[in-house]
Amino acid sequence: MAQLFRPSANTIARVAILGGLSLVFGGVGLAYLFAGSPYQTGATLIREQPVAFSHQHHVAGLGIDCRYCHTSVETSASAGMPPTYTCMSCHSQVWNQAPMLAPVRASLEQNKPLEWNRLHQLPDYAYFHHGIHIQKGVGCVECHGRVDQMPLMWKAEGMTMAWCLECHRHPEERLRKPEDVFKMDSPRLPVEEGLELLKTHNIPVERLTNCSVCHR
Amino acid sequence: MAQVVSTHGHSHEGNGHSHSEILGGHQSYTTVTDTISDVVLKRPLGKAWLFGFAIAFALLMMFLFAITNLLVRGIGIWGVNIPVGWGFDIVNFVWWIGIGHAGTLISAILLLLKQDWRTSINRFAEAMTLFAVACAGLYPLMHMGRPWLFYWLAPMPNTMALWPQFRSPLVFDVFAVSTYATVSLLFWYVGLIPDLATLRDRATNPIVKKLYAIPALGWRGSAIHWHRYRTAYLLLAGIATPLVVSVHTIVALDFTTGIIPGWHTTVFPPYFVAGAIFSGFAMVATLAIPLRSYFGLKDYITDKHLDNMAKVMLVTGLIVTYGYMIEGFMAWYGANTYERYQMLVDRPFGAYKHDWWLLILCNCVMTQLLWFKSIRNNVILLWLISIVINVGMWLERYVIVVLSLHSDFLPSSWGMYHGTVWDYMTFYGSIGLFMTLMFLFVRVLPAISIAEMRELVHELHERDEAKTHATPPAARTV
Repeated sequence: MAQLFRPSANTIARVAILGGLSLVFGGVGLAYLFAGSPYQTGATLIREQPVAFSHQHHVAGLGIDCRYCHTSVETSASAGMPPTYTCMSCHSQVWNQAPMLAPVRASLEQNKPLEWNRLHQLPDYAYFHHGIHIQKGVGCVECHGRVDQMPLMWKAEGMTMAWCLECHRHPEERLRKPEDVFKMDSPRLPVEEGLELLKTHNIPVERLTNCSVCHR
Repeated sequence: MAQVVSTHGHSHEGNGHSHSEILGGHQSYTTVTDTISDVVLKRPLGKAWLFGFAIAFALLMMFLFAITNLLVRGIGIWGVNIPVGWGFDIVNFVWWIGIGHAGTLISAILLLLKQDWRTSINRFAEAMTLFAVACAGLYPLMHMGRPWLFYWLAPMPNTMALWPQFRSPLVFDVFAVSTYATVSLLFWYVGLIPDLATLRDRATNPIVKKLYAIPALGWRGSAIHWHRYRTAYLLLAGIATPLVVSVHTIVALDFTTGIIPGWHTTVFPPYFVAGAIFSGFAMVATLAIPLRSYFGLKDYITDKHLDNMAKVMLVTGLIVTYGYMIEGFMAWYGANTYERYQMLVDRPFGAYKHDWWLLILCNCVMTQLLWFKSIRNNVILLWLISIVINVGMWLERYVIVVLSLHSDFLPSSWGMYHGTVWDYMTFYGSIGLFMTLMFLFVRVLPAISIAEMRELVHELHERDEAKTHATPPAARTV
């Protein structure tokens, strides 16, 4: 009887087994890499905005405090986006004819807010409160990066749950003194000082990873 | 070359005639091979097969429809509510996974115990196990509500830094059932390899030949092949043996870890395992009786086989009955108000009393008929009893899941549960999936292991020789 397969069929069978296995494990690995990649999280990606607003210019160049525009960051869940009036508190006087700022002036004339494209969008099932983080000494720079070096705005971090938990498990590494919270260039404190801050701020680390802290 | 070696029985042709309770007629290697492989290779599609397959396939389509509707609209289409959050989905899961246990018991434990009556029923009992596990596995996925997130159950790196809760039996379940499915599949497949080679050699259509040749993995039936095959088969039997006990034990733990009255009982694991084997053998009998008469396999699946299966059903049925009695006794003896109310008032006299009494009738009363040899040997009666047992075991799971949840500690939180039309469509649909797979299986693969039947012919022949000539039995050649 003639052989049904050539000897090469053995090789094909072996390659198929190896290939199948590597497809499964490689697939899982690729999916993991994809889930954490900027393509999925939006980290480091710049989005088109109605006005090319430069944080670098306003923060590093002019020295404007975060809270001048993001007024509710110390007390509310949302940090707050400035109304056009806030822009106009300066730009009615300076650069008030600049073509770049035409959308801002139009917004004021028509009494229609500027529609910025949101970068940091947490899912609805995650509860996040800016106020508590600021009050307990988490510096802006910890999550938003060096905003003072961003000519156009991008998300500094992927904001995955794993990333949130890193800090919720070891907040002492990332806390700042109250006067340094809004400083972009303040370095992280030595751990002993961080532990001290945990005590003065009365932070219950063991409870920070309870599901209901964020998923209410 | 391959042809001659893989059906090496030809060299002994004519020597292997044998007669026994577990092998009817005068059988040789050739008759065994012919009868079993002809079902697959030569027999035309019969009207009865087509009719049965059409019904099964229609049910399967209904299953797909019900699942699609579930995915589109969510589990709100089911009858589950608060307090009864576990409904048909869990009932059906436990029922199907239990049915699978007979296959593993037959293939693993009876193999290790050298019960030669397992030989002719192990192949399709294993197939039944696989298909039952496939049906069972779908239910927890549907139960999740968002089945596309099922992979969260697996311990793997993820951007949420989350790990499954290893203290939860629900997580044990994921591992138990997936191990069970994997080992069952391997066991079934390894056992099939020599038979696939036989089919490869006997098929005449070149495409069919190749289709059987690929999974036959180049089997030529050499001594080395047989040696490795034996080793692998025994090892797999060893691995599968604890699974007979472990899988349903863990399913039982899903309930016992809950403090719900009627669930929090130590008797659960052993009596769940007995119940699983009980329902599994009932399903094997339900399938074997029509199968052997339709395909003319009565010489291979003899009345002795059915008798043995009936005995296993009787024993496990008695264990299950004992389980019910202990449940009731412990509820009374434990003097816990809620437990007593659940077991001694709500179940026999409460809102679901008809389900409970029907369960007792099916599982405890009807099983007693199997004490009588005349009933065990009456094929029609045995078939009907096996179906009654399947119904009874489904009711058992319904009683455990629904009745405990519907009336727990606080009367203010009591509620009623009834399956909706979608629950029933999903349940009957999964029977359609199971039957479709069974119908396809008996057409494309040998429903009885050809290689093991040839070995049985050989062994019975040697036993006969030893008896008639009073000479010491020859050393086993396998």
